[in-house]
Amino acid sequence: MKVALFVTCLGDHFFADACADAVRLLRHVGAEVSFPPDQTCCGQPAYNSGHRPEALRMMRHTMQVFAAAEYVVLPSGSCAGMMRSLYTELADSDEERAAVEDLAARTYELSEFLVSIAGVEHLGEGLSEHRVAYHHGCHALRELGVSDEPVTLLRSCGAEVIEWSADRECCGFGGTFSAKLPEVSAAMADHKLDTLPEVDFVTSADGGCLLQLSGRAGRRELPVPFRHLASLLWQGVVGTDASGGTS
Amino acid sequence: MTGSSTDYRPGAYREAAARSLRDTPAVRESVGSATRTFDSLRASAYADVDSERWRDWARDVKGHALTHLDEYLEEAERSLVENGVHVHWAASAADVHRVIADVVSAHGIRTVVKSKSMLSEELEVNAHLESLGVRPVETDLGEYIIQLLDEPPSHIVGPAIHRSLEDCRALFHERLGTPLDAEPDELAAAAREALREDFLAADLGISGGNFLAADTGTVALIENEGNIRLTTSVPRVHIALVGIEKVVPRFEDLAGLLQLTARAATGQPIGLFVSLIQGPRAEAEVDGPEEVHVVLVDNGRTALFEDDVAWEALRCVRCGACLNICPVYRQTGGHAYGWTYSGPIGAIISPGLLGLDRALPLPHASSLCGACADVCPVRIPIPELLIHWRERTVEEGRNPAGERFGMKAYASLAERPGAFSAAGGTLRWTPWRAAGRVLPVLNGWVQERNAPVPSPRSFRDLWREGIE
Repeated sequence: MKVALFVTCLGDHFFADACADAVRLLRHVGAEVSFPPDQTCCGQPAYNSGHRPEALRMMRHTMQVFAAAEYVVLPSGSCAGMMRSLYTELADSDEERAAVEDLAARTYELSEFLVSIAGVEHLGEGLSEHRVAYHHGCHALRELGVSDEPVTLLRSCGAEVIEWSADRECCGFGGTFSAKLPEVSAAMADHKLDTLPEVDFVTSADGGCLLQLSGRAGRRELPVPFRHLASLLWQGVVGTDASGGTS
Repeated sequence: MTGSSTDYRPGAYREAAARSLRDTPAVRESVGSATRTFDSLRASAYADVDSERWRDWARDVKGHALTHLDEYLEEAERSLVENGVHVHWAASAADVHRVIADVVSAHGIRTVVKSKSMLSEELEVNAHLESLGVRPVETDLGEYIIQLLDEPPSHIVGPAIHRSLEDCRALFHERLGTPLDAEPDELAAAAREALREDFLAADLGISGGNFLAADTGTVALIENEGNIRLTTSVPRVHIALVGIEKVVPRFEDLAGLLQLTARAATGQPIGLFVSLIQGPRAEAEVDGPEEVHVVLVDNGRTALFEDDVAWEALRCVRCGACLNICPVYRQTGGHAYGWTYSGPIGAIISPGLLGLDRALPLPHASSLCGACADVCPVRIPIPELLIHWRERTVEEGRNPAGERFGMKAYASLAERPGAFSAAGGTLRWTPWRAAGRVLPVLNGWVQERNAPVPSPRSFRDLWREGIE
């Protein structure tokens, strides 16, 4: 299994340790990992805010970067969703659409890849006796149909994934939405935080959601421990919070 | 208790939403709890049937009707006329107002009973009636409450959803003399008693119409309170205001559509009352109005239909399911949206019916979470349509210049990996508070949250050094 890792903009700068843990996880399950250095942005911020020509440029760049990859894996549900479900909206010829579909068929969010392609059933014991809340990022959930995979993996490390009434409700990030309508966006995060049971970790496959929730929890001085899914799963393998990452 | 908010227009969305969150936290509580209840009832009701197939079917029926709109509207007109109904075509609210004014003056109407109709809100019928010296009385319990409060509806199905039981107790105590600790049943009974007088006094009943079957000329209405039945049968004259997008080909289509709408709206298998109106009282009949008017209302719908992408919003059956599941709507209820239609559906039809300039920023009032599309009974691709209106915003140059230039610069950077990575490195060390003064995006973020903490070193650096 040759995996080209697409760390995404947020991953590169705000979740570097989690991305490194994604590399460790992928190697642990037998994948050969590469990091195509020309990768930049998938184009989602432009697409979601209505800047179609710019989104198209970023899509074409990304398609070029990953043209030869056997698998493209992202530690981000929403960027994977962009590539797999929304590039087809942007393609403007049959030829381009065919190339988009070809790339989409090789593109996976990390937990999805671990379960569906690498066939992981058991990762380790490192999360035994840990209570974990999993936040379903909207795009992983709806654009990719990823919902059981992360939970299965967390449980496979011994974690108790607890019930959370708002686990599938949007955190309020929404890219530029969070800055254009910050008051409503923050109220959405508040609902998530206010319904959160006591846990050892809150995790998600999406860095954007984690920035939103941790940024809001920080402002409200709520001591909630957030971890990116990749870091928590690697902790599940090795038993300690090896990366020391805060998110 | 105060009346409607001060600045009721879509353009004031951000301020109105912020004000609602800050000054009336009880609204968020009432709306949040009611919508979550509605949505869970909807989920159970969908699970009881093969809702995926029903929704495909409903999408196709409504879609077919819309793509053959001229044919079915003409057929509906012929059927209605055959049934003895007066049919009026109204291009605009002013046309509707004229029809109403003519009926009012021909029959010397003093009091009008109204059943809940979002279209009548859109057309500002109550204000028009008052200008004619006619007293409009809302007979749906929720509408009755907000009429007493002088507020617009905040939800398509539950217009008083933003008000708590305590609010209603205080209001009814003041206006109807019920005890301050009255149970909901007592409140409803007090309203029923007050309204009974109005039903008997009114010479005109005004309703909306959930569907209009073209082949039989049937106006179909669903409800739970019985007030629609009374509004459309007790007064001498009945006017039904029906949007042109409400026409469906066959009477048989109503069976599935009425059930699906009820399941989507309130999780009921069907509304407690279904009224199928086919004209005025016949000679042998004891009940029913002497005269029935159906006003077929365009008011911007044809223009919306002509938009190749956005027209799909016209399939809407006004069930409110997208409002109930929407995490954005749940924070404020409908008033913040500043127009009749709120929530996800409001954000995609307001630009069509009002014009994009008046509807902004509603297409941006969404995190694009996609929950609405999961539940829409007629499968309107709401997130896609939100993006469509955002693209139109950019094409028409209605977004801030800073955003336009910023996005172009961002795309150019993304095509040059070296520069992109260097710029990312800079962003990691940006003092967000200070930079927020020049970059509104950062400012919006730090207003409500702590600035994100960048990784000490980028992944790119970690990779270069080797990951063990």
